Amino acid sequence: MSANGPSFRVLPRLDDDNRFFWTGGEDGTLRFLRCGSCRQFVHPPVPVCPACLGNDLSPQPVSGRGTVHSYTLNVQEWIPGSEPYVIGLVSIDEQPDVRLITNLVDCDPDAIEIGDPVEVVFEHHDDVYLPLFRPAAPAGGTR
Amino acid sequence: MSAAPAERQAAITGIGQSDVGRRLGRTEIDLTIDACLAAIADAGLTRDDIDGLATYPGAGVGGAMGFSGPGTPEVQDALRLKLDWHDGGSEGPAQMKAVIAACFAIAAGAARHVLVYRTVTESTAQGEGGRPGIGGGGGGSGGVPRFSGFLQWTLPFGAVSAANWIALVAQRRFHEFGLTREQLGQVALNGRRNAGLNPKALYRQPMSMDDYLAARMITTPFCLFDCDAPCDGSTALVVSHVDYARDAPHPACHVNAVGTALRGRPSWDQFDDMTTMAARDAGASMWERTDLRPSDVDLAQLYDGFSILPLVWLEALGLCGRGESGGFVEGGGRIALDGELPLNTAGGQLSAGRLHGFGLIHEACVQLRGDGGERQIPGRHEVAVVANGGGPIAGSMLLTRGPG
Repeated sequence: MSANGPSFRVLPRLDDDNRFFWTGGEDGTLRFLRCGSCRQFVHPPVPVCPACLGNDLSPQPVSGRGTVHSYTLNVQEWIPGSEPYVIGLVSIDEQPDVRLITNLVDCDPDAIEIGDPVEVVFEHHDDVYLPLFRPAAPAGGTR
Repeated sequence: MSAAPAERQAAITGIGQSDVGRRLGRTEIDLTIDACLAAIADAGLTRDDIDGLATYPGAGVGGAMGFSGPGTPEVQDALRLKLDWHDGGSEGPAQMKAVIAACFAIAAGAARHVLVYRTVTESTAQGEGGRPGIGGGGGGSGGVPRFSGFLQWTLPFGAVSAANWIALVAQRRFHEFGLTREQLGQVALNGRRNAGLNPKALYRQPMSMDDYLAARMITTPFCLFDCDAPCDGSTALVVSHVDYARDAPHPACHVNAVGTALRGRPSWDQFDDMTTMAARDAGASMWERTDLRPSDVDLAQLYDGFSILPLVWLEALGLCGRGESGGFVEGGGRIALDGELPLNTAGGQLSAGRLHGFGLIHEACVQLRGDGGERQIPGRHEVAVVANGGGPIAGSMLLTRGPG
């Protein structure tokens, strides 16, 4: 079995604060707000940097690479007839305390381990690009 | 400690509970009045003595899912209470925030006898259908409402239930601490054993480890028996000024210290340490407010919306070392009624029903009073700890029989 996300998607409501995040997949790039003063990545979006209270925040690209911090295989049919899917919690490589709840896809659910390297892949729905993650080779080496 | 903390001005002098069950088909206000009148009488008071009223979470939270119970205006009006202080709300140190607010109101002189209640009718609201996810649990994009706020980060990925969010905590604990399903299962088995001695419990038939391990999966590592059971029921407490404690007809349960801190991020997915979450901060802040120590605790009533949460709380409250809770419950003997730290003695939310934190507070008082009947823990029992909440939501309370 190879994992996909849930067969039905609920989507975020886009606004001026979150649009950059949810549409980044349009050019294949995962972005987070980053503070121009202290260089912290900030997630979810807020108007000031929580680290230094600077207000020079702007969306900046990241590599799209991350690490599985935790995961769960959802089996419960919240929608009758739905297939199991893997919910992942992924830390981004640039700053591991920034995490995303996501789906782990293109992988064997039984083979997933915490600490696995993953890379972003986007799933397009209407005006939204959901960032999902699939297995990646470790940087500078093979699995 | 220098000056005694404010909560030591308060004691729980009355407790009451409505019928508890599956699909009782009674309204939330009906159940609430039963619980409230029982608590007032139990405290040796009449409704004319009640000058404060508090609830969690207040009316209208969670839509029509039977989650919120009636708000304070509805209860005040139904009982024609004359109030000097009233409060309802969902933000704060978990479900017991209403009890903690009552303690502080009493210490501040705003009220003398505060009626505090929590009512759920989730079983009737759920009806014959399955347990829903948040936001209806899915749906395509056509005509389905979109989500802002925290839910935008979870629902698009099918993380539609606290079961999913807390499963991430549990799985991380499997990884970091070598926790096993058999250890998790001891929390469920312990609840079921104790529920067998609680006439009001939802699920009283015996459950074996084989039964537990064979149950259908919900979201790994949680099976059905790792998730609490929606029910209908109302629990009420009378929190009084400590001056009244000696006049109350039953032994008062004195509030020795409360744990209210939230020092990490208020987030299910961004909390700095996924294995502890907010329980860590609430637990630490409670011990900062008392000279009692974890070794003084005789019994624990720890929130078990999911089986992992009592394990998180055992560590957060210093009742065992970090990462050691799995071993602490191994075999189940230590947390049994006759063990060194009896846990969730009425069956907890997993087997007795999801009374949402207040069932645990009620049971702490029952045990401290010595009124547990068949499930009364043997021997000396002077200090109980109660914890509510999971994820980024946490509150805790130390109750003592007799003034602290």
